[in-house]
This record gives sequence, structure tokens and C-alpha cells, in this order.
Amino acid sequence: MNNDELKLILGELIPSGTVVESSEWVTLEIPYAEGKTIARQLRFTSGLDFDYLFCLTCVDWKTHFTLVYHFSSTMHRHSLVIKIKLDHNLPEMATVSDIWRTAEFHEREVYDLFGIRFLGHPDLRRLFLTEDWVGWPLRKDYEDPVNMIKL
Amino acid sequence: MLSLEHITHSIQSWLYGSFNARLALGIEFLIVGLGAITLFAILGLVLVFMERKVAAFIQIRLGPNRVGPGGIFQTLADTLKLAVKEGLTPDGADRFLFNLAPFLVIIISMLALAPIPFARGFRIWDINIGVLYITAVSSLSVIGILMSGWASNNKYSLLGAMRSGAQIVSYELSAGFSVISIIIFTGSLRISDIVASQQNGWWIFKGHIPAFISFIIFIIAVTAETNRAPFDLAEAESELTAGFHTEYSGMKFALFFLSEYVNVFIVCALGATLYFGGWMPLHIGTWTAFNHVMDFIPSSIWFMGKTFSLIFLIMWFRWTFPRLRVDQLLNLEWKYLLPISLFNLLLTTVIAIMGWYF
Amino acid sequence: MFEEVGTTAEGDLVINVGPQHPSTHGVLHLIITLTGETIKNVEPHLGYIHRSIEKMCESLTYRQFIYVTSRMDYLSSHINNHGCALCVEKGLQIEIPPRAKVIRVLMDELTRLASHQLWWAAMGMDIGALTPFFHAFREREAINDIMEETCGARLTMNYMVPGGVMVDLHPDFQKKVKAFIVLFKSKIDEYDELLTNNTIFQNRMRGVGYLSKADAISYGCTGPTARGSGLSCDIRKLYPYEIYDQLKFDEITEVDGDCFARYMVRLKEMKQSLSIIEQLIDNIPSGDFQAKTKAVLKLPKGEFYSRIETARGEFGVFIVSEGGTTPYRIKFRSPGFSNLSALNHMAKGHKIGDLVAIMGTLDLVIPDIDR
Repeated sequence: MNNDELKLILGELIPSGTVVESSEWVTLEIPYAEGKTIARQLRFTSGLDFDYLFCLTCVDWKTHFTLVYHFSSTMHRHSLVIKIKLDHNLPEMATVSDIWRTAEFHEREVYDLFGIRFLGHPDLRRLFLTEDWVGWPLRKDYEDPVNMIKL
Repeated sequence: MLSLEHITHSIQSWLYGSFNARLALGIEFLIVGLGAITLFAILGLVLVFMERKVAAFIQIRLGPNRVGPGGIFQTLADTLKLAVKEGLTPDGADRFLFNLAPFLVIIISMLALAPIPFARGFRIWDINIGVLYITAVSSLSVIGILMSGWASNNKYSLLGAMRSGAQIVSYELSAGFSVISIIIFTGSLRISDIVASQQNGWWIFKGHIPAFISFIIFIIAVTAETNRAPFDLAEAESELTAGFHTEYSGMKFALFFLSEYVNVFIVCALGATLYFGGWMPLHIGTWTAFNHVMDFIPSSIWFMGKTFSLIFLIMWFRWTFPRLRVDQLLNLEWKYLLPISLFNLLLTTVIAIMGWYF
Repeated sequence: MFEEVGTTAEGDLVINVGPQHPSTHGVLHLIITLTGETIKNVEPHLGYIHRSIEKMCESLTYRQFIYVTSRMDYLSSHINNHGCALCVEKGLQIEIPPRAKVIRVLMDELTRLASHQLWWAAMGMDIGALTPFFHAFREREAINDIMEETCGARLTMNYMVPGGVMVDLHPDFQKKVKAFIVLFKSKIDEYDELLTNNTIFQNRMRGVGYLSKADAISYGCTGPTARGSGLSCDIRKLYPYEIYDQLKFDEITEVDGDCFARYMVRLKEMKQSLSIIEQLIDNIPSGDFQAKTKAVLKLPKGEFYSRIETARGEFGVFIVSEGGTTPYRIKFRSPGFSNLSALNHMAKGHKIGDLVAIMGTLDLVIPDIDR
């Protein structure tokens, strides 16, 4: 399916999503409350079949976070980018690790570096840093006078 | 020609001539004991060096070549290093058993040297149950291994020792059956009889098919008995169990290390004696001229040559094959080697009764 | 921080493997729960070589951050650098001269070959065969020497720049690569004889560590790990970059999904890489090796994602740019990260010796995972 067809189908399926022009793939921004239901729809709707989550990351925009999910379908070979805006004061999101098992590690990494809690995650712990580390290093307001050298 | 037999005879007659019988026997014991220990030491040195050089050449590199011309003093340097290292006993280890285990293993290896004929008429004790004696004594080594694994007070040593124990006990069966096949042909357990019966040809040729099968099983079984690759999971599964001799250091470790190589020597010597004629030169039936030429080479050279060829074969295995997993190892013995050796035993008996051998 | 290593309530043994261990693939710390000899659970603890590369890159310019990725997957250093350069070029929308494209592909394939050779050596060593290590490294030295002449380094070759490559090929490059092709063609059959056709090796690898295709997709596995389970995911074929769409080569997939299938995929990939090098070595176009770019690069505002096939799988570079000279956020999607998450699933119910075999076929490079 090419981008235009995809936009059409997604427009019908996910009315709350807004298409954002950002890269060569269709980018859809969705509200975080509907994240889990939309994820299920993307995975299990035949014709879409986004079964391959190849990147899950987060960007800190100082006023809000944006979770970025990159999906692709191994059957139809189309790709999709989903963005979810999260408020700084409520960095929480439902987990998708029960739909795509790869999200277990990716979400742990996002939790470790940004502090976003994934509700329903089977084992939400820090991945790279030690358990007693304080702070979320990849946030833009992270201060560490001892370890960080600012250029 | 000055043969070893002559030397021992002349020493014996001189001793019995100069001293009374008891004292002479005592001095003989002393000489034999010192000789055995020296042999041990020399064998250890030579075999470790041989292993390193063989490994190096198979792996397209040179091996030790700095210490001494061509690296021949490397093992001497290693032994010196091990001798001056600190021998630690871990906290909570059973001190008596911990210290006893390496000595037990070494004593057993030395005991098994007794009936082996190094040259014509040159052996320590030609006991009438020679082969049985060797098999029985070498099976005692399991005790030493289990002892060291238990006394180390270390989970992983214990696991390694148990695995090793299971492996040795299983493969003794196959080795034993292979040895019995040759005994059926010779009709005697005495080693000098076995060697003498190979006057007109070695058993591996005379006994054709059953002897050949039994030799193959024998080589596999003794590789497993001495914990050599590809059956070395007890010592090389280094991500978890570093083997039963993890906690040993210094001289005690040196004793374990040495006894492994001497065990390899002993089983290869046994193999050479049973299948390849021991010190007997290669005689082909009635080709008298050929046989005369072969006789010129001293018997000790024959014996050492055969043994070291088998040792080379066992070393070759180590650097060629990957390792077996523990359940695959035991599978191999109980489901494949044991039935084959039983069948081979039957075959040997039939052939021996019918006289269908040379 | 770590689980109490000892025994669980049911009497199972909990032991540590690593972070320093002889069958080393980097500093990987696994906590294994065993019932007797059978594995019940494998839990990786990461972070021993976490250097916060992503945060560092936020203060490096677009020319500088490329070379940090050499230190991530150091066995595919050219390919990682290539991936970063592709992403920057996507942002700047510059055309790369044909000579640079061919040089890049040649270097990529040589690196892939070298990485697979090292993998084969380490695989043999893990299983217990100690000799293949030396054979594989002897051939790898030939590739290292070629790289050293052109790029100046043997492991972390800082050679790719946005726009092309840093310097032109060494005059001896063609001759040496041709000699290497002849040498390696004869050796690769030796590899089969030494390890692949060995019964003991096959017994250790067949039926071990099964990963179904659905699981491979769900765990996000990529590269030879996923191709061993029948998933067709070679980026060079699906989303071709540089000149891969003009080259003749096969994507190797096997359906068995066990360790032996993954092993065979990599072995056959070595042959494919060799054939690609053969196709290109005589047809290197002349011309510029670098497109003209400004000294200080500024990517326009936006998000750019580029993907490339390293020896381990899909390496993704995701750049979020705010228009400055340094990126606002970079995410490196490393192949080993997802492959490792499937380890627990694959190793359950197997013995300890099988764990080593499975880790060997996953071909993990821990600095790649930890970043």
C-alpha cells in the first residue's frame, strides 16, 4: 500500500489521529489515551497488519514529550510512524509489549532514560543505569555537574 | 647391543651378589621407585611440550620457541613456576581430603605403570593378571576426582566432578570390553604373554575386523576416560564449571595436570601393547629378511614410537573436534558404544572359537 | 541492584554468567535460573558499557557524530558510519557521486565478510573447536591489511563522510582485493569441511534454540537471526540504497529457525558478499569520491530515518533536527538490542551448553546493544 492509500484507510479507522508531514512515511499523531486501542487496531486489522515494531523512542521537547513508534508490515511492506504527545507532568503511557514483544526492552530503555512510565509493563526497571540512579539522563533539563561536561 | 634387559639383569645380579636378599630387594624397591618418579617427571615435561607444539602446528602458529632452542625448556620453566606458586586451601574446604586428592591421583597413575613393558624384558612387575590390574587401578582415579570436587567447597567444582565421575565410570565399560576382545584372542591376562603372542604379527592385523572395531571403541573410550576433548566438558565448560580442579593452585595443581598427561601415556601404552604389539617389531608372517631388518631397531624405540603415535592421535582429536554436551556424551556411551562393544565381543568369541584369525 | 544469587524458593539454582566470561561477546551479564541442568529463565543485565552515546551526539556536529558509531558495533564500523552518513545526506538532500557509492558498497561488503569471519571463529571456540579460530583470523588479516592501506585503521575505520568517502582508494586496492577473492574462495570450502559437516557440531546445533517466524517478527529480530527463521528482512533487497538494486545477489533465508539454520545463513552470506565484491571490483567508476558539501553542515528542521543492513541486521539512525549544527535528538536502533530480547524465549528448556551455542548464533556485540 502506498502512502496515499494508507492515509485514507487510517483516516477512516482512526478518526482521532492527525496526519503530520514529517518524513517519507505516513506520520500519524494520536492522543495518548487511545494509544492502546489504536495499537491493537494497527496490529490486527487485516490490510494493515503492522506486525513489526522496529523503533520505539522518545524526544524531549522541553514543554512536552513525544513518543515515536516506527511500524512496518512484513506482509504488505508498508511503514508507519506514530507519534504520541505526553505532558511533562504526566509522563505515562500504556504499554504495547503484549502486542509486540520487542517493546519490552524498548520501553524499559525509554523509562530508564526519560522517566516515562509504561502502565502494564511486566517488568519496568531501569535497563542500562543502576537501580539507584537518580534522574532521567536524556531529558533536556538533566543536570549532573559531576559526570556531564557541557560544551 | 646394550639392551635395557641386560642393564636390569646386571644390576640385579650385582645387588643379590653383594647384599643379603632382603636388603637387595629393598634397594631394588628404592631404585624402581626413583625410576618411576623420574619417568613421571620426564614424561610430564615431554608430553606438555608435545601438546603445545602439536596444538600450535595444527593452529598454524609456532608454539613456544623462546625458552631454550626451539622452546624445549618451556615446560621446565612452567614447572618451576608452579612449584613456587602459593598453594591456597579455600576457606571451609575439607583440609584433609583437599590435600589428599592430588596425591591419590598421582599415586594411582604411578601404580598403573607397573606391568607396562617398555622394552624386551624391561618392566617393573609382570603380574599374571596384568591387564586386569591396569584396568582396576585406573578406575580408582574416580575417587580422587570426586574427592577433589567435594572437598573444594565449591558448587561448580562439585558439578564438574560429578559430571566427570559419571563420564569416567560409563566409559570404563566400553574400554573394558575392548580389552577383553584381545584377551579372548590371546587367552592370557599376563602382558608378556600378550606381547609374545604378537610375534608373527600385531593383533590389529591378525584379529582383522573384530580387533579393528575394538580398537576404534578403545580409542574413543580412553579419550573420554582421560577427560580429553572432545569429551572435556568437565574442565572446559568454563562459563560455569571450571572443573574439579578449580580451587587448586601451585604444586597440587601441577600434580593434577601432570597426572592427566601420564594417564594419557598409560592408556596409549596399553593400546600399543594390546593392539600394536608393545615392544614387538613389525613382523610380517614369514618374510624372514624383512623381520631381521625390523629386529635391528631396539625394542624400546618400537614401544615409544607406537605409544607416541597414539598420543599424537589423541592430541589431534583435541584440536579438531568441537565438544560434546554432557547428555550427548552419555548417550554416545550407553546407546551406541556399549551395544557395539557387546556385539563385537560376541563376534570375537565366535571367530576365536572357529579359529578364523591369523 | 542485582538479584540475590543463590537459590529460589523452589530450590532452583540462580547463577551468574558474566559480565566477564571466556566465550566473550562483550560484557554481557546473564542471570540464569536453573532446575538441575535445564534453564528456566535467562535475564540479561545490560549497561556495563553504556556510554550515553545518544546524549553525547546532541553536542557533536553532523560531521563528528558519525564516527562515534564505529565504537558501537566495532565489527561493522564502516556499515554503521555509512548508515549515519546516509541519514545526514537524506537531510541535506545531496547526490553522491557514483564512484563514492561503489567504494562505499565495497567497503561495506568487506566489513560484512570480516565480521562474519570473526563470528565463525568465535562460534567454533564457543562450541569447543579451538582451531577454526586461527583459520578465520588468518583470512581476516587480509581484509584488515586492505582496510589499513586505504583507511588507515584496522578496526574503527573513520572513512565515510556525508557526501562520499574521506580519501580515495589506495592504488593497490584493486590488486589486493582480487588476490583476496582468489584466496578466500578456496578457504570457504575449508570452513565447511572443518565445522559445518562435523557430526558433533551438527548435534550441538540442530534443534537448539528454535525461534519461529512469528516470534522473530514479534521480538523485532533482524538480520541473520530473523532470516534463519524464514523472515525475509534484508534491507539491501527490501529498501535498496546506494547501488544494491543494480547488483546480483541472493537474500539467504532458511526455514528451520534453529541454531544451525542461523549458522548456515551467515555462512552463505559470506559467499554472497564475495560475489558482490567480485562484481564491483573491476567496475569502479572514476570521478569524484566526495560530493561538495559545506564545511559546517546544518540539517533543515525535521525528522530523518535511514536504515542499513549491518552484519547483524538493521541499523537505524533517527535524527531529529531543529535546524542547528548539532542534532536535537539522535536515536540509534541497534540490531543486537532486539535480537537479545529473544534470547530468553529461545533458551528456555535447554541445557547450559546450548545457551552458549544460541548466544553464538545471535552474534551479539554488546557495545552495540548498550550504546
